[in-house]
Amino acid sequence: MKARNNILLNLDWITVFLYLVLVMLGWINIYAAVYSDEHQSILDMGQRYGKQLIWIIAGIILAIMVLTIDSKFFAAFATHIYIITILLLVAVLIFGKEVNGARAWFEFGSVALQPAELGKFATNLAIAKCISQFDFKIQKLRSYLTLGAIIALPAILIIMQNDTGSALVFAVFIFVFFREGLSGMVLFWGFAAAALFVLSLVLDEFKLLLFLLSISVAAYGVLRLSIKEALIGILAIIGTFGLIWLIDAIIGLGGSPFQLLLITTVIIAVLFIAFGIFYHVKQVWSILLFFIFAIGISMSVNYFYKNVLIIHQRNRIDEVLGIKTDKLGAGYNVNQSKIAIGSGGITGKGFLNGTQTKYNFVPEQSTDFIFCTVGEEWGFLGSTFVVGLFLILLIRLITLAERQRSQFSRVYGYGVACILFFHIAINISMTIGLAPVIGIPLPFFSYGGSSLWAFTILLFIFLRLDASRTENLR
Amino acid sequence: MDVNSKRKYLIIGLFSLTALIIVIRLFTIQVMDPSYKISAENNVLRRVVNFPARGLIYDRNGKLLVFNQAAYDVLITPREMKAFDTLAFCRIVGVEKEELVKEIIFARGYSMYKPSPIIKQLSAQTYAVLQEQLFKYPGFFIQARTLRQFPSQMAAHVLGYIGEVDQKGIDNNAYYESGDYIGKSGIEKSYEAELRGVKGISYMMVDVHNMPKGSFEQGKMDTAAVIGKNLTSTLNADLQSYGEQLLAGKVGSIVAIEPETGEILVLASSPTFDPGLFIGRERSKNFSKLLNDPYKPMLNRAITSSYPPGSTFKIANALIGLEEGVLQSVRYSCQGPGSSPIKCTHNHETPLGLISAIRESCNAYFWQAFKAEINHYPTPAEGLEAFRNFLLEMGIGKKIGGDLYSETSGSIPTISYYDKYFGAGRWNSLTIRSLSIGQGELLLTPLQLSNMVSLIANRGYYIAPHLVKSIQNYDGTQRVLQFDKHTVDAGRENYEMIVQGMEQVVENGTARASAKIDSVIICGKTGTIQNPHGEAHSAFVAFGPKINPKIAIAVYIENGVWGARYAAPIASLIIEKYLKGKISPSRQHWEDGMFNSDLISTMKVETGD
Repeated sequence: MKARNNILLNLDWITVFLYLVLVMLGWINIYAAVYSDEHQSILDMGQRYGKQLIWIIAGIILAIMVLTIDSKFFAAFATHIYIITILLLVAVLIFGKEVNGARAWFEFGSVALQPAELGKFATNLAIAKCISQFDFKIQKLRSYLTLGAIIALPAILIIMQNDTGSALVFAVFIFVFFREGLSGMVLFWGFAAAALFVLSLVLDEFKLLLFLLSISVAAYGVLRLSIKEALIGILAIIGTFGLIWLIDAIIGLGGSPFQLLLITTVIIAVLFIAFGIFYHVKQVWSILLFFIFAIGISMSVNYFYKNVLIIHQRNRIDEVLGIKTDKLGAGYNVNQSKIAIGSGGITGKGFLNGTQTKYNFVPEQSTDFIFCTVGEEWGFLGSTFVVGLFLILLIRLITLAERQRSQFSRVYGYGVACILFFHIAINISMTIGLAPVIGIPLPFFSYGGSSLWAFTILLFIFLRLDASRTENLR
Repeated sequence: MDVNSKRKYLIIGLFSLTALIIVIRLFTIQVMDPSYKISAENNVLRRVVNFPARGLIYDRNGKLLVFNQAAYDVLITPREMKAFDTLAFCRIVGVEKEELVKEIIFARGYSMYKPSPIIKQLSAQTYAVLQEQLFKYPGFFIQARTLRQFPSQMAAHVLGYIGEVDQKGIDNNAYYESGDYIGKSGIEKSYEAELRGVKGISYMMVDVHNMPKGSFEQGKMDTAAVIGKNLTSTLNADLQSYGEQLLAGKVGSIVAIEPETGEILVLASSPTFDPGLFIGRERSKNFSKLLNDPYKPMLNRAITSSYPPGSTFKIANALIGLEEGVLQSVRYSCQGPGSSPIKCTHNHETPLGLISAIRESCNAYFWQAFKAEINHYPTPAEGLEAFRNFLLEMGIGKKIGGDLYSETSGSIPTISYYDKYFGAGRWNSLTIRSLSIGQGELLLTPLQLSNMVSLIANRGYYIAPHLVKSIQNYDGTQRVLQFDKHTVDAGRENYEMIVQGMEQVVENGTARASAKIDSVIICGKTGTIQNPHGEAHSAFVAFGPKINPKIAIAVYIENGVWGARYAAPIASLIIEKYLKGKISPSRQHWEDGMFNSDLISTMKVETGD
């Protein structure tokens, strides 16, 4: 009794309230997205909104169940839960029902279970357990490898389900690690690599080489703390390029700008190395290494893009980067989505008045593209409000995580926030053309029992841990 | 609490920055960029055009000449199409599979979202069958159009036809869009604006499957269709039909005018064609067949062809002479076939005055008359100039129609023409004498001939010949159209002289056998036009009755051998039919002769090899 009262007293009702508000808004929007004149009752069980209500009620029951479990259970059985989930992920590849060329679901009669959804909180628990072990130091190589393996295993299994989009969420743990002591440089280089990935696809080879040269010069200037040397570097490059270009024009070899720049680069590199040797400038080697590394990444990106990604993945990336637009083919979903949201104006068209959603122009409008209904019917004000609600939830979760005494709980809490962040950010960005289309749901909004329950469990485990935070010593 | 706890700010910062970027993007597309709203409407909006019924055309007595029938176009929205039983579809509609596939590919190339017509002008029967089965063919829908239908196959040239508007038509008038119908010839073209009405536009909302879901903004932006106005034409349908029957088997034309009003009673050209050929799916095939027909059935010989008038021109010659005052009482001599410089083909009394000259169609007289007319002026050039001006005043050598499509002006030779040919100052009336008898480089349309005779019948004026009398207002009343009146002041007694001459032509002159009708006095003039390429042409102009004339007519039959052989009988039969209602038994053989004669099969014609 005392324990239960404690839970109710210590439970973070703000978060619970936010959860309920979001779930309700989600439900109303599914109604609006699926609404048709023939089925007007929101309680119609034959329609998706009726079913979503069932999932919501079941979800709330699940939440209550989670809250009744002893908080120490989670830390104690984290590894077991993780292993079971891994086994399920393997099993689904063998026994699962094949849908759209992938096996991602178990089907028991009319109930469907998607192990990938379980993977999110199971991995979160495992990571939390691993980091919170006594004497764990994240800076050690061994730690990197362990954590990497914990994440990689489910990720790879999910990729084998042909659900690369869902597998990407595991990348978000890098922020959790960062909070627990991972060097900021790793984060920095991670972002740099991502930026380079994008640039390699967007820029042509001449501009790319030019960009890398400029970055190298700038980095050199920073390392040497000398603007003068950086300027000399710039002049040297420009001068050499001009000379090469002149020679080419006179001889009439007709080289492309890229080839000329390449020759320039080689010459500059040689001069640079000579400069480094004769003047004993150590930083030269760092910059050189950096430059070669960057070139290496660019080339691998290209290889990866052409030979590893499959065509519809390439199309979606092209679409969002603006390399290619195909409004009727690969770009159709996003184009219709942007049209739906964009046509909402400031205040939206009003509840149940969204023409794009009413007349089904946006595909997947109750699942992946549920945000379109918000955008079209509630306009800029409504969309911003929803974004704001999500932001408040995330910040609240961080705040809660910070007040944990137990590292396990804190790590887990950060994991919850980051996982939710990934889904929210990517899903909404996808609908407005800022991210490539990958099939991930908007938490609490998208139709579907599996994802709603998975997020509910993910969240309420943390709330349970939080409710018992005063009982912990570490 | 933890050495790394400050890092939470970075993470919160990341979350907030992402939220900010999203909000900015939302702001851009929702508030700042209007193109999404437009695209949304494009998705949803379907602009449906409601074509109104085209105005009907009646004859002067209220008989229906053209009316409308419903036809159906089949359109597809390629994006909505799914696999379907092509053979079954082809069987219902009656197209070949290759043709269907070709149309579908074309439609897909044009737009995956916008509907394109793939089969046009299905009949009502086919439509009924297809409509029942339409659910089997997703992406297909049918749009109703109105097409013309003709109760009887006549007056094809007069009525004209409609077809899809071409790019030029669209550029000229913003009202027209691709796929609209527009009059292409005849009354359909001259009165297009009245006949077409105003198309209505309604805006519907459709869903992603192109199913209509309701009216856009409760129909605030819709405009109502306005039906076309009905026209009453001047034609007499029975007489027109009769004329076309008489022309069958011959190449030529008839123009009959009501002199008092300028209303055209008959406008027939042969060979002609069935106007129904331009309706329906065979349309373009029929069109090219007709275009390539060496007899040129689509040519309206009554107003678009011009010919040398031959002896019918002597009337004009006479009028000019009387106007100048040189022919009133003079008598010229004629040596018959021995005359010079122009031979006269008949033997008759000599010397003779104007009335006799008309009766006998004496070439010698009219050559001398012409000489007098030209030499009335100091120089031949001035004489010709005056001669031309008289003709122009009479409605010769220029377009005279009030509302006619594709009229040609014919030609009267000019001073510069002869100057170039002979050299300036090196020609005179003798050089250009062939004009006096209506040969040479003089070209008139049958319309101009009948108008000329109308002028005589009216004794001094003509009203611009026209094909439409009145347009019906929406309240049912008729708006009578007004056309220009032209007077040629030559003195009543002078006109009477010509009338008398023409009366004698029929009474005991060149047309006595073929044109005289009992109990009605007709006045006429024959013409036999020399033709270097073959048989001479046959021409006849006439009006009747002599007092208070009701009809003025010109008939021109190519290769008709001589005037009284074909043209005169046809003209007089028409007059008799019109004035008496039936042909008298004694003249029945003329009617039979004209119905059954066939010049076309023996005609030499230039083919396009």
